[in-house]
Amino acid sequence: MDQYTLNLLVVGASFALYVGIAIWSRAGTTAEFYAANRGVNPVMNGMATAADWMSAASFISMAGLIAAVGYGNSTYLMGWTGGYVLLALLLAPYLRKFGKFTVPQFIGDRFYSQSARLVAVVCLIVISVTYVIGQMTGAGVAFSRFLEVSVSTGLWIAAAVVFVYAVLGGMKGITYTQVAQYVVLIVAYTIPAIFISLQLTGNPIPGLGLFSEHSASGQPLLQKLDQVVTDLGFNAYTAQGSMLNMTLFTLSLMIGTAGLPHVIIRFFTVPKVADARWSAGWALVFIALLYLTAPAVGAMARLNIIDTIFPGGPKAEAVLYEERPNWMKNWEVTGLLKFTDKNGDGRIQYYNDKAAGFASEAQARGWNGNELDINNDILVLANPEIAQLPGWVIALIAAGGLAAALSTAAGLLLAISSAISHDLIKDWLKPDISEKGELMAARVSMGGAILVATLLGLNPPGFAAQTVALAFGLAAATIFPALMMGIFSKRINSLGATLGMIVGLVATCLYLFTYLGWFFIAGTNMLENVPANYLFGIPPTAFGPIGAVLNFAVAYFVSMATAAPPQSVQDLVESIRIPRGAGAATGHH
Amino acid sequence: MSDNSSSNAYWAANKRIIYISLVIWAVVSYGFGIILRPMLSGIPVGGTDLGFWFAQQGSIIIFIALIFYYANYMNKIDREFGVDEE
Repeated sequence: MDQYTLNLLVVGASFALYVGIAIWSRAGTTAEFYAANRGVNPVMNGMATAADWMSAASFISMAGLIAAVGYGNSTYLMGWTGGYVLLALLLAPYLRKFGKFTVPQFIGDRFYSQSARLVAVVCLIVISVTYVIGQMTGAGVAFSRFLEVSVSTGLWIAAAVVFVYAVLGGMKGITYTQVAQYVVLIVAYTIPAIFISLQLTGNPIPGLGLFSEHSASGQPLLQKLDQVVTDLGFNAYTAQGSMLNMTLFTLSLMIGTAGLPHVIIRFFTVPKVADARWSAGWALVFIALLYLTAPAVGAMARLNIIDTIFPGGPKAEAVLYEERPNWMKNWEVTGLLKFTDKNGDGRIQYYNDKAAGFASEAQARGWNGNELDINNDILVLANPEIAQLPGWVIALIAAGGLAAALSTAAGLLLAISSAISHDLIKDWLKPDISEKGELMAARVSMGGAILVATLLGLNPPGFAAQTVALAFGLAAATIFPALMMGIFSKRINSLGATLGMIVGLVATCLYLFTYLGWFFIAGTNMLENVPANYLFGIPPTAFGPIGAVLNFAVAYFVSMATAAPPQSVQDLVESIRIPRGAGAATGHH
Repeated sequence: MSDNSSSNAYWAANKRIIYISLVIWAVVSYGFGIILRPMLSGIPVGGTDLGFWFAQQGSIIIFIALIFYYANYMNKIDREFGVDEE
């Protein structure tokens, strides 16, 4: 059976599974649509949260990012997992006790203010829409590579599948589909990693293999890797990075993660407050299965690629272009791997031509610049081919990448549609809408959101990659502080919280626009995006925590200068702090 | 809340475990993984040093342990203070 047929079979079977689950778990009430009737087992919810959280970026890009830099990019590993500690300790149990459906609803009720709620809705929609564009584009690319259709056809197929299970099942359908998607993506991610770890170190567990001996050389794997990359002029893999930048960027990812609305709403679905705490732990267990494997995948893939290009070691001749392996030919077609024979010797020289100290050695060897450009994103996708694994593993990777992209897209779309149908329509524009009418509005806004996401995915704005920084920064600077203050302080009042969020929102946007252009339009930036221009050396991508601090400070001082919140609100805060009386799974309200 | 002193004590106990957990959270990631790495560089782990291990694996493992410990501890004090959900 050829590779194409295999891909079609495996991906098709996974899609049939998702749609089947959707039909089995149709939502009949708004409680089912928004919160799966609060009946989800905490372990299942942990799995669904893991799939919800791990996007195409975690599945496809993260290992490549770590491989490219080594230790310095450990920030992604700590940042994208450490946020769950904040969620479990500071947000999840209290929001579950509050017992409503959306994040803006909590902000609106706690700060007894429709404007606070609207600011939260705006932030939620900006965060979720920028995120969902990346997911849809990722799904389109995965389709075009593995199913050999055009990127736009791939996107429409992805949109149709999400439409069926998200519109039909709402949170209920999405939850059980995400559980299935988690299983697909983790199996797809770990199988090639296990084989590669066995080949390189003899240890079947990739996370342990990373710290074991490299079988071929007898040296520890990381030491071997340090040696081959420095032989080619790159920085040592385990070399120290900039402490300030790493700390700030890790903090930014952690607080951003804890403020992302599509992750927070997953904790509304469990039966009890205690389950919300357990569920955050289970989510991190399932996330860690991938995140403990990713650094091994990154390091081993980097070593494998250099081995392929320099079969006799970096000190010997590079491989002839004519004799390059098949996986290189496959990825050249996609443009994600490029070879230019700069010195005309027919061999592939891959090295760091920007390293000053390496110029003389390169000249002595007759090298005329780096000849191979490898996009970081191909690392995970090409891994099974690089390690010469069987065709069904390659098909599995395709299904896994799609599962990662689609599960996150569905979670985001649900956050958007519930904010529109519940916060905007039901509580603002048309309070007398019936339960049936609201459910219909939720489905229509979900359909609309899918259409917008697909159209944006077809014509991604040039700034799509940069807006992810905006999404994290906004989540960190607006939603996270507002929720935390709402729970941990009885004194923060409506004016303080609203002004705090607005200051966090405006400061974060201004800082990003200063370096990345007004509304990310190229050429309109006021300062060049280089470290020398940064305020206290803070890169735009790491501004989130600063925005959060500004939000906290403004909210505190304004609240202290104005009247305390009414007694009923203080009672509400008292009540969310105590688990008793959370209310079991209920249908209608 | 009818019984104010008990619910205050419950909240104080909750805040105490949160502070302790957040200190551990910060020490294993920002501390051992980043800022204190040069100090830990003398402790070898599989071809590199302990700081590298904390940055790529150790902090994640401790995050998990921390959340489960917290959940378990809170369930216990929920019952002690009579604020659990049964």
